[in-house]
Amino acid sequence: MSAVQVTGVSKIFNQGTPKQVDALIDVNLTVEPGEFVSLIGPSGCGKSTLLRLIANLLEPTTGSVTVNSKSASQSRLDQDYGMAFQQAGLFDWRTVAKNIELPLELKGWDKDKRAARAQEMLELVKLPEFAELYPWQLSGGMQQRIAIARALAAHPPLLLMDEPFGALDEMTREYMQGELLRICAETSTTVVFVTHSIPEAVYLSNRVVVMSPRPGRITDLISVNLGAKRTEDTRGAADFFTGITAVREALRGTHADHANAGAIRGLEDR
Amino acid sequence: MFVLSIVLVVALWEMYKVVGPQDGGKLFGAGVLPRSNDTAMPHVWTMLSRYGRPEVRGSDKRVWLVVLEGAWFSFRLSIVGFLLGSSIGVGLSVLMSRFKIVERGLLPYLVVSQTVPLIALAPLVALWGGKLSIFGIEWPRWFSAAVLGAFLSFFPIAVGTLRGLASAPAAAVELMESYAASWKQILLKLRFPSAIPYMIPAFKLGASGSVVGVVVAEISTGLKGGIGRLIIEYAREATADPAKVFTAVFGAAALGLTMAGVIAISDVYLMRNRPKETTS
Repeated sequence: MSAVQVTGVSKIFNQGTPKQVDALIDVNLTVEPGEFVSLIGPSGCGKSTLLRLIANLLEPTTGSVTVNSKSASQSRLDQDYGMAFQQAGLFDWRTVAKNIELPLELKGWDKDKRAARAQEMLELVKLPEFAELYPWQLSGGMQQRIAIARALAAHPPLLLMDEPFGALDEMTREYMQGELLRICAETSTTVVFVTHSIPEAVYLSNRVVVMSPRPGRITDLISVNLGAKRTEDTRGAADFFTGITAVREALRGTHADHANAGAIRGLEDR
Repeated sequence: MFVLSIVLVVALWEMYKVVGPQDGGKLFGAGVLPRSNDTAMPHVWTMLSRYGRPEVRGSDKRVWLVVLEGAWFSFRLSIVGFLLGSSIGVGLSVLMSRFKIVERGLLPYLVVSQTVPLIALAPLVALWGGKLSIFGIEWPRWFSAAVLGAFLSFFPIAVGTLRGLASAPAAAVELMESYAASWKQILLKLRFPSAIPYMIPAFKLGASGSVVGVVVAEISTGLKGGIGRLIIEYAREATADPAKVFTAVFGAAALGLTMAGVIAISDVYLMRNRPKETTS
């Protein structure tokens, strides 16, 4: 049973109009349970679109998406996945604990169970003493950790992340990458991770999916062999640089395309 | 600041009385400067002392008590009008934010409704008083004034709330959808909380609108008991007792301020846990 199965998926926006955009053409991707897969590629390659198709926030034009062997829409209704975005997107009017409880509240959990789970998640992200603070009283890195706690609050088997560390400074970013790996190992969560950063993709992933724009498609699948346990030392390891070089070369091909295709932008951000 | 501004207004008033022309200034035959004599512009202290004297000669009842009672009467009507107006306003904005087609169809009519002069509408609505009954409950006369208050207050509330409901970031809506939240859950847990900074100024406008609506309705329909009625009654005596009408006018102003104050208090309460830079 695969965690995510994307079969022959195309996504065309504004089909049949002059503004038609082929966001994704014939994409096939399988993610195994426990795997960490990054999607990387230049702007407009459809990596965010692919993530939203898996999340069932968009419907594919053709092809099918299954999550945990269920249809994408069923797994969304069952909350089989949690999601985190570049902006932490915490609600200003809720305390940190109440933010984490949000998905549980929507599922109809009772109050005590919610509070206990929120505390458990706060300990997981190492911020147990911040439960009663408000999000705007925390730093950007802390907010993003709360967002991850919220995404994982219902213990979903799958975590979908759209450039979650894109707005953080380099040091916080590296720290967060380490934290994310630790959290995912502790909770054995499968992750699909969209990023712009090559070192980030290599450091985090078991496999890096390289995508290219116009039309958006998968051009390469690169396996990263850094072993199960990655530490700060990994960032200096020879295998790490081998991985970076491999991804960079795969991306170089897509980038030439990108330059030739002209400067049409903006699809990525829809 | 508020006290200082009052002192400033009083000083300006009295200064104009000193330098302004007694019988008004004329420019090309048209009166442009108001008369500064004691009939048109009584001294501030004359107005204030008028509160302490009896309403009519030989009566024990002082003016301040009459004005206070009138203000209390109008205040209750305004509250009814405001509650009515805000329920209609919020209800409409929810409908409009749910169905784009309702927004496109309804909003122009709402704007047009506000261009109808209240004075024209007041006698019509007043006619319903005592003549109309809904589900066996007779439409009381005072309710017409409250309805006119609601008529002025619902519009800013509907427009402000509509903007507020639409202000929820797209990413937050997407997040709620990823949790398979229903439309109602998104409305209650995301859209309304994000609308509050937009709703508070709208409700302030709505609150003062309902006071204006009620007072104007009282004046144009002659409803007894309220501050509006006092204003016309006292205005008739303006030549003999010029300070008296001002006591009622100040009563109406205080009424509007009280309503706005009630909203300001709820503002502080509702925004107590929000980031400080977004509080208004």
